[in-house]
Amino acid sequence: MELFSILVVDDEEDFVETLVNRLKKRTIDAVGVLSGEDALELLGKREFDVVILDIKMPGGMDGIETLKEIKKIQPLAEVILLTGHASVESSIEGMRLGAFDYVLKPIKLEELFPKVAQAFEKKDVHNQKIRSAKIKQSLRYW
Amino acid sequence: MKTSLYINLQRKIILIVLVVSLAPLILLGGTIYYQFAGMYKDKIEEQIRYRAKAQAEAVDVFLKERITLLNTVACTHTLSELTDEQHLSEIFSVMNSKGGAFVDLGIINNNGQQVAYMGPYDLLGLNYYQQPWFGEVVSKGIYISDVYFGYRQLPHFIIAVLRQENQNTWIMRATIDPDVFCAIVRSAQVGKTGDAYIVNKAGVYQTQPRFDGEILSKSHLDTALFGREATVIEQKDGQKGEVLYAGYWLKTPRWLLVISQEAAEEMSGLLVTRNVEIVIIVLGLLAIIMTTVFMTRLFVRRLKEADNKINAMNAQLMHSDKLAALGKMGASVAHEINNPLVVVMQKIGWMEDLLEEEDIQKTKNLEEYKITISKIDHHLDRIRKVVHNMLGYARRMEPRLEKVDINETLNQTIDLLENYARINNIDIQTDLASDVPIIANDQAQLQQVFLNLISNAIDAISKDGLIEIESRSTDSHIVVTISDDGPGIPKDQQKKVFEPFFTTKETEKGTGLGLWISYDIMEKMGGTIMFENKEGKGSTFTVKIPIVLPEKE
Repeated sequence: MELFSILVVDDEEDFVETLVNRLKKRTIDAVGVLSGEDALELLGKREFDVVILDIKMPGGMDGIETLKEIKKIQPLAEVILLTGHASVESSIEGMRLGAFDYVLKPIKLEELFPKVAQAFEKKDVHNQKIRSAKIKQSLRYW
Repeated sequence: MKTSLYINLQRKIILIVLVVSLAPLILLGGTIYYQFAGMYKDKIEEQIRYRAKAQAEAVDVFLKERITLLNTVACTHTLSELTDEQHLSEIFSVMNSKGGAFVDLGIINNNGQQVAYMGPYDLLGLNYYQQPWFGEVVSKGIYISDVYFGYRQLPHFIIAVLRQENQNTWIMRATIDPDVFCAIVRSAQVGKTGDAYIVNKAGVYQTQPRFDGEILSKSHLDTALFGREATVIEQKDGQKGEVLYAGYWLKTPRWLLVISQEAAEEMSGLLVTRNVEIVIIVLGLLAIIMTTVFMTRLFVRRLKEADNKINAMNAQLMHSDKLAALGKMGASVAHEINNPLVVVMQKIGWMEDLLEEEDIQKTKNLEEYKITISKIDHHLDRIRKVVHNMLGYARRMEPRLEKVDINETLNQTIDLLENYARINNIDIQTDLASDVPIIANDQAQLQQVFLNLISNAIDAISKDGLIEIESRSTDSHIVVTISDDGPGIPKDQQKKVFEPFFTTKETEKGTGLGLWISYDIMEKMGGTIMFENKEGKGSTFTVKIPIVLPEKE
């Protein structure tokens, strides 16, 4: 049973493939896509707990646009932004738009995991609230 | 080479200015003198010419008077009356008392026989028939002789007039007193060198000249040079220099009255003027030369100073341009390295993950693999740090403005490093001015700069030393100085300290980016960062932060 699900979005194929492999090895349900469009398509089909999203993706949608769309499709999915040094300002804007946090490339898994865990916790708390709210609501009808 | 350039310039300016200013002065002086001298000379010539003419006329009048007198006496008496010695003596004394200047008087009959004589010499009975003048007076009626010695061995001249009495002709002859005549001529001698005399057509002196020879000797004047009017000629005379001669032909005898004057004497007024002019011009020249040399030197010195300043500024500009270019290049290189690094690090992580799997655990060299991977990981980490620093995200951001207390920031930074300093037995002393204003700036960036500088100071000293940190404020800047008593920065390294990757520290200890980043931060803030080696030992870094007061809330 996987702990939780992560969607990795980055235009660097080698990076996505390796990161997904490493996450899977840690029994995380990880899926990688190479563009913002693909990510949105996939998010339309299934739910993810955490999205790791590269801000700078040349050609096609960039990270910030993708982030806005993600928040429309799955408002509860927590987004962690991947940023190069030149785009720290964009990541600050991303956080204003609802991203959970950002990490600087190149990342070490040890640095990434705590943030993913926090993001998941946040989402979990949120989900529990929703669940209890639902329970309360169904109890009312009951 | 540079110096000779300035010396050349100085020489050129001095030369040009001198030529341009001196040439007109000398030309003007020369022209004025020349014109003035010409006018002066004309004036003198005019004067001497006038004098010659006036004197000649006076002599003419004198001679005419004598002739008239003789004619009057001859025409109003008969030969018989005049041969009466008593009568002749009376007439002679009347003539001398009224007009004078007669030495003797004689009556000569048409045979040339002197039939009557009145005078100091015994000339009665002498026959003049053979004398050349006798024929002349007979044919022309009047005769004035040149001066000659004659029987009496004294220079004199005679005037003779012819009397036609019925069928008989006779001649009345008188000798003119040479002293009286000479005195009239000599009255025109003026000054120390002025002379006046009469020469005949052949140039023989008819009166005693003041200088230049004796009466009846030949003068060196060429009488052909003198025309009908009063003429002035100029001749060089051995000892006297230029001599001016003015000559005027007398009307009756063909005698030339000459007035001479040494040019030098007449020109003495001009000489004084010339000397005064020369003195003025020379003084003027000296003043111009001195002023020119002085001003040019001053000018060239100023120019040199300005050039030096500009050169220093250019050097500084070039240096900061170089740093900026290096910065840009560094950043783009770092960026390019970063992208593959991202992948490589994941791949290494993945290999590490895979080594945990069961079947690989049995591999013989598992430990080697693990060590190798961790080594690679370690060094990748170093690359990552360098790239991080190069791209230094903090300084890529626009500075965030907040209220910053520089003293407070310094104290915080010192707190961070206090332990490190104490371990190395380094004392940090502060002298922070209390009037340093609160400014609007980016505290994190300033702290980074101070951190870099203070930790550099600690590293420079390495063990046992003193760091002095000072803050003070000027009108426009807050100035922070951080001095250490370490070995200072060697001369050959001074230019490089702000360049990226320049470090004197061991590989693991410093990346060589600290000062570069600090420089960049200060530059972006509109401040400066400089250093100088202290006299003795150690170096001082000076940070100037522009004072921008925070907006009032």
